[in-house]
Amino acid sequence: MGVGIEVSDLNAWYGTNHTLQEIQLTIPANHATALIGPSGCGKSTFVRCLNRMHETNPIARVTGKVLINDVDIYADASPVEIRRRVGMVFQRPNPFPTMSIYDNVASGLKLNGFRSRRVLDEVVERSLRQSALWEEVKDDLKKKSGASLSGGQQQRLCIARALAVDPEVMLMDEPASALDPVSTAKIEDLIFELKSQYTIVIVTHNMQQAARVAENTGFFLMGKLIEFDSTHKIFTNPHDKRTEDYITGRFG
Amino acid sequence: MRIRFHQSLDDLKEKLLVMAGMAEQAIQRAIEAYRTRDTSICDLVMHGELAINKLEREIDQMALDLLAMEQPMAIDLRFILAVIKINADLERVGDQAVNIAERVCDLNAFAAAEMPVDIPHMASLASSMVRKALQSFIEGDAEMARSVLAMDDQVDKMNEAAYYSLSILIKDQPSLTAQALNALVIARNLERVADHATNIAEDVIFWVRGADVRHHQGDPQNATS
Repeated sequence: MGVGIEVSDLNAWYGTNHTLQEIQLTIPANHATALIGPSGCGKSTFVRCLNRMHETNPIARVTGKVLINDVDIYADASPVEIRRRVGMVFQRPNPFPTMSIYDNVASGLKLNGFRSRRVLDEVVERSLRQSALWEEVKDDLKKKSGASLSGGQQQRLCIARALAVDPEVMLMDEPASALDPVSTAKIEDLIFELKSQYTIVIVTHNMQQAARVAENTGFFLMGKLIEFDSTHKIFTNPHDKRTEDYITGRFG
Repeated sequence: MRIRFHQSLDDLKEKLLVMAGMAEQAIQRAIEAYRTRDTSICDLVMHGELAINKLEREIDQMALDLLAMEQPMAIDLRFILAVIKINADLERVGDQAVNIAERVCDLNAFAAAEMPVDIPHMASLASSMVRKALQSFIEGDAEMARSVLAMDDQVDKMNEAAYYSLSILIKDQPSLTAQALNALVIARNLERVADHATNIAEDVIFWVRGADVRHHQGDPQNATS
């Protein structure tokens, strides 16, 4: 099992609020890793540090080291380059509303200078197939806008858009929390399929979802990584009492 | 805080303890029936089984509902799994009591005879194993549960000794074959009660520590001790 992401001494602040404290974590490549914890515990901030989105906030600050496939993303790569290598899917699907389905998926490639119609066609189809959306939209690629799709389809469109630029890592911040159970199941199946090719980090409040899709799970609390272990261990017999109290609902 | 869920777990535990009390009483009554040859006590045991079976179904239903509705995790998940298994073991303890009561009824058709097996002592050991296993469940005490496992060998040896001495008795005094066979079956029933107590103790260790110690698998937390 190779190392996908190596995080050491990671600290993050919003103004004076020390939101992530001394995070050390090794995320294996080509696996799904779930991050759980109560609201405000720092898990979303953590994933935003993995693609340098945290620093887009003017009052935010980051220290420490994040290696993605041995590249130090804070020292040896630009934010633009990192965001190509690290795709992100958010809680609410955010397709470009005025663009067609085709243009939504192709937008990242076009931004990176790809113009060949043949290449774009190939990548759009491959990405939509990977995100299990192709069969549902193949006849309307250029006729319908991204916004015309259902919520679950929009989320898979966003995943296709992220996959189109051939990332190494996919970050998913509560990707199914706004979806119905059927759409959620499709997203979970998709994560299961994609993890053999990509390193996936998923933030979720749904512990059953973490248990279903992720091999490893980390529990965050008040800006600290309390426990990181196999998902099986975390959900059946966690080492730390605070983890157990959280997942069994004895918290607070 | 999942207050209602944890209240439901307490209710489940309470119900299992009622079941435990009934199973324990059934064994004690069966042994009292053996000691006194009192068929009215045998009837009590047999009627009591209906209530045990009913409670077994209720407990399983409660556990199933909690699994389906609450999706428990970690120690709560292990607790519910342990309850389901202990519930089945207690129902089997009740069955063993009925088996003993049936043997006592059968024995009463024959002349009383001294048997070379101390059934009351064996029963006392098996019952104390059940009691201790249940006490460890009440207190969530894995150490106490572990001490039950060690007691099982003693009951196994008594059962083997009973088999040996009763075989000799049958050979030497064929006229006592019926009495000897009934005593042999009762010894075997008590050995099974001890096995159920062992299973309960193993389930308590699993619940408390998350360690599967069945079939002589080790408890990681005791690896260095």
